[in-house]
Amino acid sequence: MSEAINHTADATPSSRYFVRHHHPENGTLLGFWIYLMSDCLIFACLFACYAVLGRNYAGGPTGAELFDLPLVALNTALLLLSSITYGFAMLAMQAKKQQNTIFWLIITGLLGAGFIYFELYEFLHLIHEGAGPTRSGFLTSFFALVGTHGLHVTFGIIWLVVLLFQINKHGLTEANGRRLMCLSMFWHFLDVVWIGVFTFVYLMGVLP
Amino acid sequence: MSRGHQEHPARPMGHHDDHGHGHGHGDHAAHGTMKDYVTGFVLAVILTAIPFWLVMNKSISSSATMGIVLLAFAAVQIVVHIKYFLHMNGKSEGGWNMLAMIFTIVIVVITLAGSLWVMYHLNHNMMPTMSPENMPTETVPQSMQGMQGMQHSAPQSK
Repeated sequence: MSEAINHTADATPSSRYFVRHHHPENGTLLGFWIYLMSDCLIFACLFACYAVLGRNYAGGPTGAELFDLPLVALNTALLLLSSITYGFAMLAMQAKKQQNTIFWLIITGLLGAGFIYFELYEFLHLIHEGAGPTRSGFLTSFFALVGTHGLHVTFGIIWLVVLLFQINKHGLTEANGRRLMCLSMFWHFLDVVWIGVFTFVYLMGVLP
Repeated sequence: MSRGHQEHPARPMGHHDDHGHGHGHGDHAAHGTMKDYVTGFVLAVILTAIPFWLVMNKSISSSATMGIVLLAFAAVQIVVHIKYFLHMNGKSEGGWNMLAMIFTIVIVVITLAGSLWVMYHLNHNMMPTMSPENMPTETVPQSMQGMQGMQHSAPQSK
């Protein structure tokens, strides 16, 4: 009996160490998920701004006059494609195929860069037309919301490039796998936010 | 001793069980399969194409109805993305993922609905007194010009 108690007393710390050894990966992913949720709140505030100010044109151009829906559709397609190519990269990582992982990550990065390129093109076009962020409440909230999303994608691309170098140098180690998982969540999360943007800002913005 | 011997195989069994449910390592659990990604992608393409098609063809004349339809498509697509791309389910990370997401959704709904509600009533109550004096549409460009002029001269005065 005393031996059994002794055994449990021994087992408790060892099992705790076992848990501590085993769970850091989950801890990182859960923590990153909570970060994403807080990021979600930032976007919720920006969406709320747009919802309140989105029809305050101040005599300036309206969404129906400014938005180029084919361009938005192209951007949406780029981001959606980059989501599934990132998925392919994760599958390649799961199969421990380093070259395939790098290949799909590069494709993902290029699609993301294409998205940023067309978004910057749209922004410069708007500012050139005199529809910059200072023109009206509508445009201020538009640039704040879409610009914040674009900045997130830009930093995602920077992160992706850094990870490419890491994988190239160190291979698909456990640490790199964890980083890829975090970037995966970040990337898919940005795609989820973009669903809100293209629906709420662009598609509903052009309605009469 | 025999009790310890019974307990020992039970723990890896429990661990294996967790693993199967998608809780354990996180390595196999949080990844999707090829089928998941392709299903999610096909659904997402359909759910993106229909709203764009509806708006570009002006299929629904009423803005309010169209808005509700568009938001419904967006809501379904968000669920598809979360399920198939983010691999969210009630069991990942022992349910903490789901709990954090539900909390966030509650806050987001309060933020959005609260802002719209408050600001709509504010506009509604401000408009009658504001509109005859300060806010006719003709003076708005002038006030904007005035504001731009102020912005322009502000750095010089400082």
